[in-house]
Amino acid sequence: MTNLTHMTIRAALDGLKKKEFTASELVDAHIAASEAARHLNCYITETFDLARDAAKESDARYAKGEALPLDGIPIAMKDLFCTEGVQTTAASKILKGFIPPYESTVSGNMKRDGLISLGKANLDEFAMGSSNTTSAYGHVLNPWKREGDDRDLVPGGSSGGSAAAVAARIAMGATGTDTGGSIRQPAAFCGITGIKPTYGRCSRFGIVAFASSLDQAGPFARTVEDCALLLESMAGYDPKDSTSVNLPVPRYADAIGGSVKGLKVGVPKEYRVEGTNPEILALWDKGAQMLKDAGAEIVEVSLPYTKYALQTYYVIAPAECSSNLARYDGVRFGQRAEGDNLIDTYEKTRAEGFGQEVKRRILIGTYVLSAGYYDAYYNQARRVRKLIWQDFMNAYQQCDVLLTPTAPTPAFAIGENQQDPVTMYLNDVFTIPASMAGVPGLSLPVGLSGDGLPLGLQLLGRPFEEETVFKVAHALEQAAHFTALPQTLQRKAA
Amino acid sequence: MSAIIKGETGDWEMVIGLEIHAQVLTNSKLFSGASAAFGAAPNAQVSPVDAGMPGMLPVINKVAVEKAVRTGLGLNAKINLESVFERKNYFYPDLPQGYQISQYEKPIVGEGEIEIDLPDGTVKKIGIERLHLEQDAGKSLHDQHPQKSFVDLNRSGNPLMEIVSKPDIRTAEEAAAYVTKIRAILRYLDTCDGNMDEGSMRCDVNVSVRRPGEPFGTRCELKNINSVRFVQQAIEYEARRQVEVLESGGKIVQETRLFDTKNGTTRSMRSKEDAHDYRYFPDPDLLPLVLDPAYVEEIRNTMPELPDVKKHRFMKEYGLSLQDATVLIGERERAAFFEKAANGNDPKMAANWLLTELLGALNKAEKDLSESPVTAEQLGGLLALIKDNTISGKIAKEVFAEMFQTGKDAATIVEEKGLKQVTDTGAIEKLVNEVLAENADKVEEYRAGKDKLFGFFVGQIMKKSGGKMNPGMVNDLLKEKLKG
Amino acid sequence: MSIDKDTVGKIARLARIRVTEEDKEKLSAELTNILTMIEELNAVDTTGVEPMTSVVQVKMHQRDDVVTDGGIPDKILANAPEKAAGFFVVPKVVE
Repeated sequence: MTNLTHMTIRAALDGLKKKEFTASELVDAHIAASEAARHLNCYITETFDLARDAAKESDARYAKGEALPLDGIPIAMKDLFCTEGVQTTAASKILKGFIPPYESTVSGNMKRDGLISLGKANLDEFAMGSSNTTSAYGHVLNPWKREGDDRDLVPGGSSGGSAAAVAARIAMGATGTDTGGSIRQPAAFCGITGIKPTYGRCSRFGIVAFASSLDQAGPFARTVEDCALLLESMAGYDPKDSTSVNLPVPRYADAIGGSVKGLKVGVPKEYRVEGTNPEILALWDKGAQMLKDAGAEIVEVSLPYTKYALQTYYVIAPAECSSNLARYDGVRFGQRAEGDNLIDTYEKTRAEGFGQEVKRRILIGTYVLSAGYYDAYYNQARRVRKLIWQDFMNAYQQCDVLLTPTAPTPAFAIGENQQDPVTMYLNDVFTIPASMAGVPGLSLPVGLSGDGLPLGLQLLGRPFEEETVFKVAHALEQAAHFTALPQTLQRKAA
Repeated sequence: MSAIIKGETGDWEMVIGLEIHAQVLTNSKLFSGASAAFGAAPNAQVSPVDAGMPGMLPVINKVAVEKAVRTGLGLNAKINLESVFERKNYFYPDLPQGYQISQYEKPIVGEGEIEIDLPDGTVKKIGIERLHLEQDAGKSLHDQHPQKSFVDLNRSGNPLMEIVSKPDIRTAEEAAAYVTKIRAILRYLDTCDGNMDEGSMRCDVNVSVRRPGEPFGTRCELKNINSVRFVQQAIEYEARRQVEVLESGGKIVQETRLFDTKNGTTRSMRSKEDAHDYRYFPDPDLLPLVLDPAYVEEIRNTMPELPDVKKHRFMKEYGLSLQDATVLIGERERAAFFEKAANGNDPKMAANWLLTELLGALNKAEKDLSESPVTAEQLGGLLALIKDNTISGKIAKEVFAEMFQTGKDAATIVEEKGLKQVTDTGAIEKLVNEVLAENADKVEEYRAGKDKLFGFFVGQIMKKSGGKMNPGMVNDLLKEKLKG
Repeated sequence: MSIDKDTVGKIARLARIRVTEEDKEKLSAELTNILTMIEELNAVDTTGVEPMTSVVQVKMHQRDDVVTDGGIPDKILANAPEKAAGFFVVPKVVE
């Protein structure tokens, strides 16, 4: 029943309630699809048996009429979320074999609501990257390919495995984390929808920390509505996270279908960045027009400090990560290298356990925090961050949401674009500013490139106004009517 | 030890500052819900947060915050309504996160001042620089195995207050008095149990020397000293060591040193490592700690009377000497005991009985005041019997000994043993006459000028009466009769 | 500003990551590249601007002082590469 893997979550929930199929059938279909798509390398750890057990329990509840809100829906869980009893690696060698004795709040929330994890999705190591080519467990392949070109493309990163799984229809939804764009950019590269909520909306407890003041968990799905359903499950105040914000979680799905008449959509001129693919710029204009046709007002706004967001990010995120990753020392968990004495052990363990990108960021982070440089780099970056945040708050006086491109290019081939770290960093130029300000950001597929690759647009909202973001995104989704399927799936269907 | 060290080339002065780490009296740790109690089996009081496991996050303990504020008020210090937690980054096996959550630029408590009591009766003011909250580290055992260390994280994450003094201390004695006073304040406020044996209070001592009038010299830090006596010894040794180095033309290297308790010396802790670069930055897992002025006021309103205030009140209200008052306020329980016993009685007598008789007996029995078989009320009862002449001071000592043994009330013992003092003038007069009659020759000798015989008569009377006659009355009557 | 090989060595030591001479060569170039990008921030006039650590604008939650965790030594030690008698075991520091 391949159509079971081509449904939306909304439709699947309907079908399960109406007993058109069972949770076990739904999960089995996705397990079969996952097995057939192993070459994409979406999962680091498959948990198919656990999923089957969970599906049985779900069916029992459906039979009694006691179904949980999202009971029986199979998802992929980014391997950055600690899952009790199940290996959690953060795609790093240094955590190989680590089995957490605790569950992250977000994954716990999802279990509470009946969602079923098929496995721990692959990612860039410690969430550092925009291509999912830095994982110690192998690259993830994008199920999309360029027309007439067989080269493997990157799914984006860091949540590449999660995005690819949803795009390849081997999971109905997935969790990701977004620190500088790690949900939004892979969503755009894989032709699906993903949202990074407001900082503090979802709990960070139990998520392997990269950059504490930026990390946020969020969902991937194939529709805006499905994302809304998943976010409602994931979000919520957690007293175990001191940066979690105590606000009730709205029924996000209720925002779907609302009218955008009279809403002001800001188009920030500073996002017209040199080097952006012209097709993307054209799509951006088209997207604005679509919203205008739906009744929204398009307003030009200015966020002058946008051009400093990337630099600010590459001071703050490495600084925080250099400290957050100090705990990976081979003493209490994870891999340990043999050393002659303590320092030798530390140095070898971390040299062998961390990949190149992670090392680079730890070193730069250590440098900018070190004596003599703290004020020049770290403090300066924190001040500029304040200015970037102020830009957004000012812009939101003139508009309700911002519309921007998500990424400067469509998905690129593995090896392309990856000569040096800084070039890679430019992938996040549109997503980073929203991370610095902590505002919610969603990416959805709006068109295709000339060679058949999905192109996404990004909507940024006010803090804790995810409902408005979902509403506008849905309107854009309706107008864009994006129905293209990844080439690898098309071939299969044929 | 005087404030001046006489060196071979002239006088030197010591400059001392203390950093005291006091474990806050809480049930759970500063940023996790694991128990902060002492003495558990290894790693039995460790949450995944304390173990620095992936994804774990800190959440602050409200009682630790409240007790830090309370302590700050007890040090007469400024409470900073906004303070920030920062990460102090370094690698060590007993520091699971690879950083300690501490406070750096913006501590919860700012400048303050306390009084210290010196043995010669003088009082000196010592400035407080700051107090901040921070996590304790775990413990490493290095002696269990030749090549390996064993790590226990029970202590990791325990809440500490670091109290930093200004460099106002000038002698080892002053340092001892400072530690003693800080400990008393903490115990009064119930914010730390001051138990140096269990490590709930530890001292780092900064020592430097200089020629009087010159700027401060280079200092050395003596780490982790856990008794008042060792603080004194360490300072005395270190100051002399520094003087010797300087007088022989050398320079003091700024370093951390360990005090060897066995031979009373200090030695360098210098390792091959460069000086630590801690890369302090505000902890992004926490928000600034913002306190309402009303919250601070509420704590101020529930402060108990502090030791120095109590000391001054005792001197004024009870007419006690500085010496006695100082000892009585040394422990809150002792001061409370005194006031109960003194209630309705002669306070100086109460002080005397408590300090000399009771504490003496407790010392001998190796008990402390909380285990005293004689309660404050009971001591008061004894004092009341002396006051109303039911018993003499001498008999009272007998009664007290019995009270200590049996825990019975004074009145009960006096009754049971028939120790009531005789105050019946008629009876006393009768006995005095008897004794004088029996010793008529001595009476003659006395009247002729042998004054010393007075004591003999008193002795005889006491013997005959079994010590039960009111000595004052005996004296008066005897004098009268002897006049002739 | 550049990050030379010596500096790479010092930072690596601070971060407890072993780097070979070859590593230092490569890292020096890469880190200098990143630093050059970062230094563009120097152009921003931030006079009078407060550094921002958190975008969260609420007061920090304080926990009740109740023991709610710990007492799970087996779980805490379960992932330890080396343990003995309830302790984590590590090679000694060389003094």
